[in-house]
Amino acid sequence: MSRWLPFPVISAMLLGTWLLLNESLSIAQILLGSAIAIAGSWILVRLDAPPLLFRRLWIIMRLGLEVFVDMIRSNMRVARLVLKDKRDRTPGFVRIQLNVRSHYSLAVLACIITATPGTSWVAYEPAGNVLVIHVLDLADDDDWGEIIRVRYEGLLKEIFE
Amino acid sequence: MNALEELPLWAAILTSILLVLGSGLALIGSIGLLRFKTFYERIHAPTLGTTLGLFSILAASMIYFSVGQTRPVVHEILIGIFVTTTTPVTFMFLVQATLYRDRFEGSDPLTGLSDEQRSVKTPARE
Repeated sequence: MSRWLPFPVISAMLLGTWLLLNESLSIAQILLGSAIAIAGSWILVRLDAPPLLFRRLWIIMRLGLEVFVDMIRSNMRVARLVLKDKRDRTPGFVRIQLNVRSHYSLAVLACIITATPGTSWVAYEPAGNVLVIHVLDLADDDDWGEIIRVRYEGLLKEIFE
Repeated sequence: MNALEELPLWAAILTSILLVLGSGLALIGSIGLLRFKTFYERIHAPTLGTTLGLFSILAASMIYFSVGQTRPVVHEILIGIFVTTTTPVTFMFLVQATLYRDRFEGSDPLTGLSDEQRSVKTPARE
């Protein structure tokens, strides 16, 4: 099992994606998709990817919903900042001490930070597990470390670690 | 195209609103790209088009094609997933390249960031 199918979750997702792309459930497409899914997971083995375990599907959905709401809110905020002519913004870099360490958590966190305009991923220091982000408007003095920790890190830890 | 004429009014209105919203956000993002002055600020502007702007247009497409019943609406979901997962890669490369250049030129924007100081504010340049 583990030798032939090292990443069952990722293989299943690859097969699902293939079938969705082709919009077909014919035997031929399922066979072709399975071949691609298995070959894909072998590539991950060569890349030394850590094993992926999903837990608690409803937490994943909760995280998705929360990110969606935050995305809408930050889109509105950045749109206002762009259209406003005044220069009373204070952009800046923020250093955040992270708790999550797994590659998958970090990857999802990168997607979240990019998906919410107004924050962007700048650098990650694996030694101290420190993340540096750039924030478009630091004016309201939000504690960004606290925001990331409270909103996303807890959920990510529950999902992947 | 016949599907457009057969589209009920509510779907047509909803599709148009979402399309205008999505393209408006992409436009605002491009204006921001022009208006912001430093690279690190500029990188925020186009994300308007790749997040809510993209999702508005995908939602418009889903409503249009599922009401018109020309095909099932799964491709849009895949587009959303692919764009959301690949944008950070490009952005990280761009930011890392800029950071490298800034450090090479002796103006590391991250100097001063340490355990004691959690954030560094950079004045918005005119």
